[in-house]
Amino acid sequence: MQVQTHVDINSEWGIVAARQAGRKLAREIGFGSVDQARITTAISELARNIYLYANQGQIKIEEVADSNKRGMKIIASDEGPGIRDVRRVMEDGFTTSGGLGAGLPGVKRLMDEFDIDSELDSGTVITAVKWLR
Amino acid sequence: MRIPILKLHDYLLISVQVDLDDQTALQFQEDVLEKIHEEGSRGVVIDLTSVEMIDSFIAKVLGDVVDMSNLMGARVVLTGIQPAVAITLIDMGIALDEVPTALDLEQGLERLQLELEG
Repeated sequence: MQVQTHVDINSEWGIVAARQAGRKLAREIGFGSVDQARITTAISELARNIYLYANQGQIKIEEVADSNKRGMKIIASDEGPGIRDVRRVMEDGFTTSGGLGAGLPGVKRLMDEFDIDSELDSGTVITAVKWLR
Repeated sequence: MRIPILKLHDYLLISVQVDLDDQTALQFQEDVLEKIHEEGSRGVVIDLTSVEMIDSFIAKVLGDVVDMSNLMGARVVLTGIQPAVAITLIDMGIALDEVPTALDLEQGLERLQLELEG
């Protein structure tokens, strides 16, 4: 049976809730402590981006299975302003919020698969997958 | 939620026992600086043994606490960073190079003493 959880992000507490739900599912799927930390951190970055740039959105986490491997997928979606220059937000150190600029490039490195689908004035969907080794 | 800050002679000891949300992290930053000012502390140990996740925001807040405390004349050492947290931070490209660290509280206090006397 595939497990799926949604967390609405519309406050800072949503970030914490998404993080906790992510760690719980990662543990249930069987990820070790290091990958649990990677997944939880990735969720935290994505949830904060939603809160910071779009005010509200949703984090969906689910177990995924391929023919011979299992893993966990994170889908972060919002109907915010969209990302003007996707290439730039993937550069280390690029920030428009005074942060470290480590968020999205960091998430890409923490996870195994990473995809951004963003349209100006209509929203952003970021999908990331971590496979069990 | 407030993180308790203990005073020990010239030092402040802080053990972070919860995963930090943004508001708690910022409140913590302010509380540490106020307490340094109030007590005239020369050194601060922040123990992160129980912290299971540090993302880029929390990393920035911690790095800033170190810089801000330095400005005030107090040294800060971070201790007890878990293996999974260290791996995740380096994966993210956050090295916290300038931040003094130690394995545990005991070594953190020793490091502070060395820095302050040396």
